[in-house]
Amino acid sequence: MRYLLRRTFHAVFLLFGVSLLTFLFSSLTPGNYFDEMRLNPQIAPETVAALRAQYQLDRPLPVRYVHWLNAVAHGELGFSFAYNSPVGPLLWVRARNTLLLTVTATLLAWMLALPLGVWSASRLGRAPDRVLSGATATLLVIPDLVLALGLLIFAVRTGWFPTGGLVSVGFESFSPLHKLRDLALHMTLPVITLVLSALPTLVRHVRASVAEVLEAPFLKAALGHGLPHRKLLYSYALRAAANPLISLFGFSIGTLLSGSLLIEVVMSWPGLGPLLLEAILARDLYVVVGAVLLSMLFLVAGNLVADALLYWADPRIRTTASAK
Amino acid sequence: MTRPRKPTRWLIVLVVLHCVVAGAGFFAPYDPVAQDRERTYLPPMHIHMVDTHGHFHLRPFFYPLRLREGSFDQYQEDASAPSPLHFFTRGASYRLLGFVPSHLHLFGATDARICLLGSDAYGRDQLSRILYGGQVSLLAGLLGAGITLFLGALIGLAAGYYSGWRDELLMRTAELFLALPWLYLLFALRAFLPLSVSPLEAFLLVVVVIGMVGWARPARLVRGVVLSVKERDFVRAARGFGASDFYLLRRHILPETGSVLLTQAAILVPQFVLAEMTLSFLGLGVPEPMSSWGNLLATLQQYSVLVSYWWMYLPALAIVPFFLGYLGLASALQERAGAYNLNEKKSWNQT
Repeated sequence: MRYLLRRTFHAVFLLFGVSLLTFLFSSLTPGNYFDEMRLNPQIAPETVAALRAQYQLDRPLPVRYVHWLNAVAHGELGFSFAYNSPVGPLLWVRARNTLLLTVTATLLAWMLALPLGVWSASRLGRAPDRVLSGATATLLVIPDLVLALGLLIFAVRTGWFPTGGLVSVGFESFSPLHKLRDLALHMTLPVITLVLSALPTLVRHVRASVAEVLEAPFLKAALGHGLPHRKLLYSYALRAAANPLISLFGFSIGTLLSGSLLIEVVMSWPGLGPLLLEAILARDLYVVVGAVLLSMLFLVAGNLVADALLYWADPRIRTTASAK
Repeated sequence: MTRPRKPTRWLIVLVVLHCVVAGAGFFAPYDPVAQDRERTYLPPMHIHMVDTHGHFHLRPFFYPLRLREGSFDQYQEDASAPSPLHFFTRGASYRLLGFVPSHLHLFGATDARICLLGSDAYGRDQLSRILYGGQVSLLAGLLGAGITLFLGALIGLAAGYYSGWRDELLMRTAELFLALPWLYLLFALRAFLPLSVSPLEAFLLVVVVIGMVGWARPARLVRGVVLSVKERDFVRAARGFGASDFYLLRRHILPETGSVLLTQAAILVPQFVLAEMTLSFLGLGVPEPMSSWGNLLATLQQYSVLVSYWWMYLPALAIVPFFLGYLGLASALQERAGAYNLNEKKSWNQT
């Protein structure tokens, strides 16, 4: 248990560091949200100064940081200037949309990658493996921006999929089944992009680690004992090869909130990505810090989950960890 | 697993690709900012060898496009006025590599404009803009990678050589940078720099921002190398002879990090080209009228362009051969170094 405690401590330290760093970065920004107001002759300079004072933008950086930390400790993430509302609920809605997208994509990617990778590893060097390696190499050299734009053009030209947004106009009046179909259609393109951009890495990792394990004597022995091939691959080889894959899975969980930023912007999916971009352009400080912190939380949590899974799955880690 | 491939083959591919972009003035038929407002959004033109009567011509030719009756953006080939294609012809003046003045172009036409990849909203030739845009994007990637590797090497050397609290501090900071999502970091850094600046300043800003983002991974790798090298006999011997820290670092330790830095360069350059594309695509990078692979794609954010003018997507494909070359080079170098890790690229990308 000490092992997990140490990892948790490390994670908390990381979160602190990141919050400080983002705060620092955002505060180095010349100008703030109220600068544009100052150009407006209808708004008195006193009003702008009062607003600045109200949001404490006139205070020195350390004071603001401590103030913000205090607010976070009370469960508040600050206040958005642009939306004129607390950051928490704002982020929550967007994060939900992002998660809808990324959880689906991550599950799909793993469900595809595991059988493909195992299959490829079991036929190492033969035709199916070659074809699959070629396919993953091709996907690897197509950047996600290029992929996303290409799919958008495809969608527009065929008219099969909507090209942006979460749902169609008039979603509220649809029947439940219709609602589901509408949502699925809107999700298709971004999910395909995310799956295709994650797939080559996953397949290659699965293939490499399973191929390594397949060389092991105990599997040759199991084969010699006449165990069925499928059982051999999926319940023996895959379990032995799980270690690096668990770490990778933790990483997948960690990037649930941050991995789809660009795709969301390109496909105009109302997730965290567009919100963050807007907030940066508008100098909406607390939204930026909040969004970054939220996705960092996921990254850290993903690592922790991976550590816990490793602890559970690998007796070697348990023994070395408790020995320390 | 896969057959080991020679890095040289990939290197040749890359050199050829870069030469094409570096010699954009020669390979592009037109000036990238030359407009033709009479004919906007021309679709890609076809080169013919056989005319409408079925006669074969040795010199390739094309039919100029003219507006279809009653339409404002639909073009059709004008078969009555075939225009021959000339090779090694005189055209718009340019400076090769920025200083050699020249008029020579690989191909061109005298009677009408030939836009092999179509033209944009101002009637500017897409092929020329892609080639010139490549100069901006690739230069940003290369310079960015240069800055990153310089920073990474410096920090890695310092951390590895002077262990103790300095090492601890630098590596904890590196961890923070590794943990922050890559795009966030790019945005955040870009955000605290001014938004509206001249194209050249914007370009330099982009280079600096990109260069500041990725130093953590090379720094960690360099540190690892330094940690093992500084205990090697020849380094200890040199130290025993009274060599200074600086001399040791420069003469004995830095050369040992060469292969790590080279591999990192092959991984970083395409990443950074993509970073420039992303920034410019989102309007945070290189502005018009300068072209870059990213800002050429920015028009695709308009729905009407997406619907009607598919060839505006073509600049996106320009990066793919470069990605292939660099990825091939990187994995060949890694195989040579014995570090079989093809997945570095993607995992870094997503972090």
